[in-house]
Amino acid sequence: MTLAEVVLAVTWVGVTFYALLGGADFGAGFWDLFAGGARRGWAQRELIEHSIGPVWEANHVWLIFTLVVLWTGFPPVFAAVMSTMIIPLTLAAFGVIMRGAAFAFRKVVDALWLKQVFGASFAASSVLTPFFLGTVTGGVATGRVPPGNARGDLITSWLNPTSLLGGTLAVGVCAYLAAVFLVRDAEREGHDRLVEQFRARALGTGAALGIIALGGIFVLRADAPRLFEGLTGRALPLVVASAVFGLVSLVLLVRRRFVAVRVTAALAVTAIVWGWAAGQYPYMLEPDLTIEQAAAGRATLTAMLVSLAIGALLLVPSMTWLFVIFQREQDPHARSVNGERGVR
Amino acid sequence: MGPVPSQLPLLAQAAAPNPADLMAARTQMAISLGWHIIIACFGVGFPLLAVFAEWRGFRTGDKVWGTLARRWARAMGVLFAVGAVSGTILSFELGILWPGLMGTYGEVIGLPFAIEGIWFFTEAIFLGIYLYAWDRLPPKVHMLAAVPIVIAGVAGAFSVVAANAWMNQPRGFDLVNGEVTNVDPWAAMFNPATWPQATHMILAAYLVTGFGVASVYAVALLRGRRDRYHRLGFLVPFVFAAALTPVQIGVGDWAAHFVADNQPVKLAAMEGVFETERGAPLHLGGIEIDGELRYAVEIPFGLSLLAHWDPNAEIMGLNEVPPDQHPPVNVVHLSFQTMVAMGTALLGLGAWFAFAWWRRRDLPRSPWFLRFAALSGVAAVVALEAGWVTTEVGRQPWIVYGYLRTADAVSAAPGLRLGLYALLVVYTILTAATIYVLRLMARAPLPVAPQETEPVEPRTLS
Repeated sequence: MTLAEVVLAVTWVGVTFYALLGGADFGAGFWDLFAGGARRGWAQRELIEHSIGPVWEANHVWLIFTLVVLWTGFPPVFAAVMSTMIIPLTLAAFGVIMRGAAFAFRKVVDALWLKQVFGASFAASSVLTPFFLGTVTGGVATGRVPPGNARGDLITSWLNPTSLLGGTLAVGVCAYLAAVFLVRDAEREGHDRLVEQFRARALGTGAALGIIALGGIFVLRADAPRLFEGLTGRALPLVVASAVFGLVSLVLLVRRRFVAVRVTAALAVTAIVWGWAAGQYPYMLEPDLTIEQAAAGRATLTAMLVSLAIGALLLVPSMTWLFVIFQREQDPHARSVNGERGVR
Repeated sequence: MGPVPSQLPLLAQAAAPNPADLMAARTQMAISLGWHIIIACFGVGFPLLAVFAEWRGFRTGDKVWGTLARRWARAMGVLFAVGAVSGTILSFELGILWPGLMGTYGEVIGLPFAIEGIWFFTEAIFLGIYLYAWDRLPPKVHMLAAVPIVIAGVAGAFSVVAANAWMNQPRGFDLVNGEVTNVDPWAAMFNPATWPQATHMILAAYLVTGFGVASVYAVALLRGRRDRYHRLGFLVPFVFAAALTPVQIGVGDWAAHFVADNQPVKLAAMEGVFETERGAPLHLGGIEIDGELRYAVEIPFGLSLLAHWDPNAEIMGLNEVPPDQHPPVNVVHLSFQTMVAMGTALLGLGAWFAFAWWRRRDLPRSPWFLRFAALSGVAAVVALEAGWVTTEVGRQPWIVYGYLRTADAVSAAPGLRLGLYALLVVYTILTAATIYVLRLMARAPLPVAPQETEPVEPRTLS
């Protein structure tokens, strides 16, 4: 494994964690959108708010992490993707802003109408943001981003069959992960009705994702032959693993193994994220730019890896502590600074 | 960079951009940076105030401190969330708007950004713990959880400003036939401008937070809410910021000397010096018309003295560089003067307070003190923005001083104006919502938060 490949792997760890943790937070917003009116959706929204409240900012940092490692390690790729994808990325950036700000605002206001306005903004942008990010992945994976300054087509690079598939899958994965994570949070809360709701949703989105993925095979074969070749060649084991973990997850949901399904669902998503990388190896921007061509010099890559390794020594225990605190069974009287009970 | 195929277009050689699009990109970046920097200041400063109040409450058992700590932490939570997302768009914009900068120099300035990512993680993790596990952790552990937030705020600010400082003092690479080689990312990060700029910015963050929070309580005091809660809410941040103001002015002087020695063109624009001269006067006010500064009050030898500690020191004028390398003098000169004026006014306000406190252990009696104090947060923000305008516009037309012009770094995508218009709409809504929510929070009746068993007892401080 070359130094550049190690850095790419680190970037992909960032992508994976953002997909899993950031994705679940987006998905929580998806379910917030479909939770129904103020009265009917109250319990669901409470659960969602308490589940993602303490962790969403830390989860969001994975996006920054990925961008930063990408522009330091592979500057031409960053410049090419960001400049060609100006439209979906501008919309995604607005989505990130509206979502985070509205979520924070909703928590501290009391008036119902304000909660509804901010809640709608939070929920709608939680769906749109992963969609646009998904269209970008579709465009990159199909070689629609040439190296250079905004050299790709500003529209068709992200409005094409694979991008639409990517956007749909991204939203679906987010909703699915959120349902899988929330079902266990609801169970720990002892909230039986919410457990049933989110279990049904996890099953429904899981099945829907499977169907979309199957349909996607035909889209990719027609629209992205190179990627299709990669996915059915070098990346095939990962694609199969994703399908298997997906199926196992459905079984675990049916059998109410809500802790185990978190693991298998995460593995299913992880496998497909790494499958994408394996599918287009050794290219970063097909067909022009390979990993080695795009990589920064050794001095930069080494300095960054050393810094990140030292950072990991601080961050891994810290992050573990964060999740442990909020996943622990808790004293029901404990309250946060907002006077609320935390859940996750 | 590895061997790049020869057909790969060099990013810096894009066709000359449409001037309106270049201006739109610069405006978009300026608005999103100028917006984020205010919120980011509170991210750096607020945790220190909150944990200080919490610690006092822990030591004294006084409920008023606990109320202050919780209210500050609550506001800090909202501001941190808004700061996290308004900072994200900047990392998008670095690529969306300035691919010529990032594609060529990303490997040179990436390191401080990567390190900042680590600090940002630290802040987000411990903020989640600090805000949401207030009563799940023993008080001492909870207060300790704030320490990483305070450190990460300062260290993160240092890293980001290091990247900006590099644009002023690019180091750590060689440019050979248009190719960046021999990259030394540590030399780039610790370029000579990093120390004065980062120190100046970290202190600025503390001043904005201190005066900003104090302003809110000054308004309450003016409205006659003179209980102990409001007095402490005013005194703690105000004293904190006022005590740092003279330090900041000293650091600002250091930064200005640095500019004088290393970026003489920027200094010439800041001071409105058009012809190189010895014994240069200091200009107060004034405006550039047809290549000279008019209507300024001149203090003889003042600039030479301030910039080089020598009344006869030579100050380089703009005439030394070709006109196409002149920054816009009026913007740079007036914003610099605005920053200095605001800093001086805040120094005066602090001195007024210190005098009254020394004489009678109380706030100055004049209602004008509180009126000015109520404006001190605005003044600190104006100084902050003016300072950034000075350093950023003063570097123009360069994005990387002496190496890359802003016009050569901008995206080649057409219609950048549309992005600016969209941003204006989004940020107008965001600004309105943020102000509205913060006002709601400031006006919320004093808790009786669920965790407070007894109401806050109004008492006077002294």
